[in-house]
Amino acid sequence: MIYARKDILGIEELTKEEIEHILDLASSLKEINERSIKKVPTLRGKTVIHLFYEPSTRTKMSFDIAAKRLSADTYSISVSTSSVVKGETFLDTVKNLEAMKPDIFVIRHSVSGVPHRIARYTKASVINAGDGSHEHPTQALLDMLTIREHKGTFDGLHVLIVGDILHSRVARSNIWGLSKLGAHVTLCGPPTLVPKELESIANVKVLYNLMEILPDADVLMVLRLQRERQKQSFLPSLREYSVLYGITNEKLKKAKPDLLIMHPGPINRGIELAPDVADGPRSVILEQVTNGVAVRMAVLYVLAQRNLP
Amino acid sequence: MKNSRVRRLKDAHPATVLFKGVRVVDPANNLDQKMDVLVEDGVFKEISPRIDIPDPCNLKVIKADGLWLLPGLVDMHVHLREPGEEYKETIETGTQAAVAGGIVAVASMPNTKPVNDNPAVTKYILDRAKEIGSCTVLPVAAITVGLAGETMTEMAALIEAGAVAFSDDGKSVRSSQVMRRALEYASIFDVPVICHCEDPDLSRNGVMNEGVMSVKLGIRGIPRIAEEIVVARDIILAEYTGARIHIAHVSTEKSVSLIREAKKRGVKVTAETAPHYFSLTEEILETYDSRFKVNPPLRTQSDVEAIIQGLADGTIDVIATDHAPHSPIEKDIEIDFAAFGMVGLETSLAVSLGLVRSGVLTPAELVKKMSQNPADILGIPYRGICKEEEASFIVVDPNAEWIVDSTEFYSKGVNCPFEGKKLVGRVELTVCRGKIVFGRGEYQWLVE
Repeated sequence: MIYARKDILGIEELTKEEIEHILDLASSLKEINERSIKKVPTLRGKTVIHLFYEPSTRTKMSFDIAAKRLSADTYSISVSTSSVVKGETFLDTVKNLEAMKPDIFVIRHSVSGVPHRIARYTKASVINAGDGSHEHPTQALLDMLTIREHKGTFDGLHVLIVGDILHSRVARSNIWGLSKLGAHVTLCGPPTLVPKELESIANVKVLYNLMEILPDADVLMVLRLQRERQKQSFLPSLREYSVLYGITNEKLKKAKPDLLIMHPGPINRGIELAPDVADGPRSVILEQVTNGVAVRMAVLYVLAQRNLP
Repeated sequence: MKNSRVRRLKDAHPATVLFKGVRVVDPANNLDQKMDVLVEDGVFKEISPRIDIPDPCNLKVIKADGLWLLPGLVDMHVHLREPGEEYKETIETGTQAAVAGGIVAVASMPNTKPVNDNPAVTKYILDRAKEIGSCTVLPVAAITVGLAGETMTEMAALIEAGAVAFSDDGKSVRSSQVMRRALEYASIFDVPVICHCEDPDLSRNGVMNEGVMSVKLGIRGIPRIAEEIVVARDIILAEYTGARIHIAHVSTEKSVSLIREAKKRGVKVTAETAPHYFSLTEEILETYDSRFKVNPPLRTQSDVEAIIQGLADGTIDVIATDHAPHSPIEKDIEIDFAAFGMVGLETSLAVSLGLVRSGVLTPAELVKKMSQNPADILGIPYRGICKEEEASFIVVDPNAEWIVDSTEFYSKGVNCPFEGKKLVGRVELTVCRGKIVFGRGEYQWLVE
């Protein structure tokens, strides 16, 4: 068994082999999503609970579709509709749910490290669907799958990640994954949002001048800029951010013609990405979403198979 | 089951004991040698290389080979939580924890509910301590009313009620103007103003030290500059006004050098650090365990080394725990929402003995940092181990190995960063103001 862990909490601890195994699995499961009857019995009888402390329509739906297509029984708890709002601690919630004997938890929380702490308390497998600013492993996996489909290899590939890296779990997971697979990762954005410390943590370069590095990039990952960052004094204005770092066709004139443009969604059109770029020929944003379901099927499968007969 | 006993000062019995062959370490009286020490009715009667009592009677004789006898420790930074947060700790449990850690006097911080910003609260604390406490409690009163940073408290009235120092601990006094006035005003009373140095705008929402670790873990950081900027400010204000300040819980390299330079210039500044700042680093937060969430936060190895250097060269005068008990309600939750703080009374001596073992401090220097210097800074009379003096001392087994188990603590707070760790060095007996208030193992039978 290539993937022997109980949980998928992050990319940082995974080996290159484990990552490639999941990507291969996702590739083969992908065709199920093209069938007329999108159902296989692999996870039949398995109970999957989505525990989302942070609002999310798309990631939750992506996980739910993935689980249901594998025939799992799924249930969903979101903070606003459960006893959590009455002040139940997250450990109490997990223990209560644990008593109902779930097989897999899919957890998203606004505080980093919560899925890791939950994983220690429960016998069930835990999938981190995004913890604070820390990791979002399935997002990085679907990003890597998309890149692999277009570019074939990661070796020597120049990946440029632009945006609010400081607060981005998507960036962190991708930094781990891409560097493990041999890509050259550069991070770009305003100094207030792109900490130099990242160069000490992983094999990445930090640059603040977008146009200096854009011509070299093979893949461009654009991150969502939260509007609150301007109110929190990270930026003078959203306008200035989009002038310096927003991706427009004008800027892309200097980029490689086969540059891949990616975004984890949802897009702030006109801020980090111009509308015509988001809808343009280099954009693979919607493919990412399709790959998301496949990757989540792979992740559910790989965890459930530890207990399959 | 605790293998120890504790008593209220009010109920405890005066010590009548003869210690044979104990290593007495007391820099105040230039002592560091093996002695026999005779205590009668709570008073040091004789301290000499050999004491022979022909007819012992009701005198308990203790062969103290391998043990140390030190003056009782003074912890000048403790949160006793009473009045108002008795579910976290009380004056009773906090002082019990203190004597279990060899501490005979604690300075209790004013961020209680209500705040100790008026004489009624000060008197309440002292009355409670007299009634149920196991050691001396020295109330620290607030600098500003309600800790709001706006209006000075009535310092004269508070001192008259028993306050020994002033602090807005938990916060800085935000306005430099208010802090300046408070320092000027306090200077007539010759009491220290204890400064919690933190710029709240820089530290806002931070959970751990801002640096490589916080970026890696995706956690909001508290930058070093939040502490250093206010250390610099308070030093300059003290210099300008001639006032006496004491910097609480120093945690960064630059804070240490700012204080070192200020002392060279003759500024009346003293400083303290807590055991966790010279023994733990930010890496331990990798598990997201909020037991390690504290303010100021755990920093990096180079800060730890600078703190140790500061202790060695006298820049840092005091080791104080910043004992901050919390209940699981505030701690066993998501790290972003968890309260800041660690308990420390029952582990501080053992952790600090590590500095002696590694050669950073001599035993005498450690006694200075944990007993004599805090007493001097707070202006409490201190004679140490001296004939005809009321006996306040502890007996320590410097080689006793033990595993930290917070379920055995006298403190209600179990938020201990050394949980499960092996420590070396343990308090066996604590005598406070002549009374035996704590005994462990075979010494618990001395506690009547």
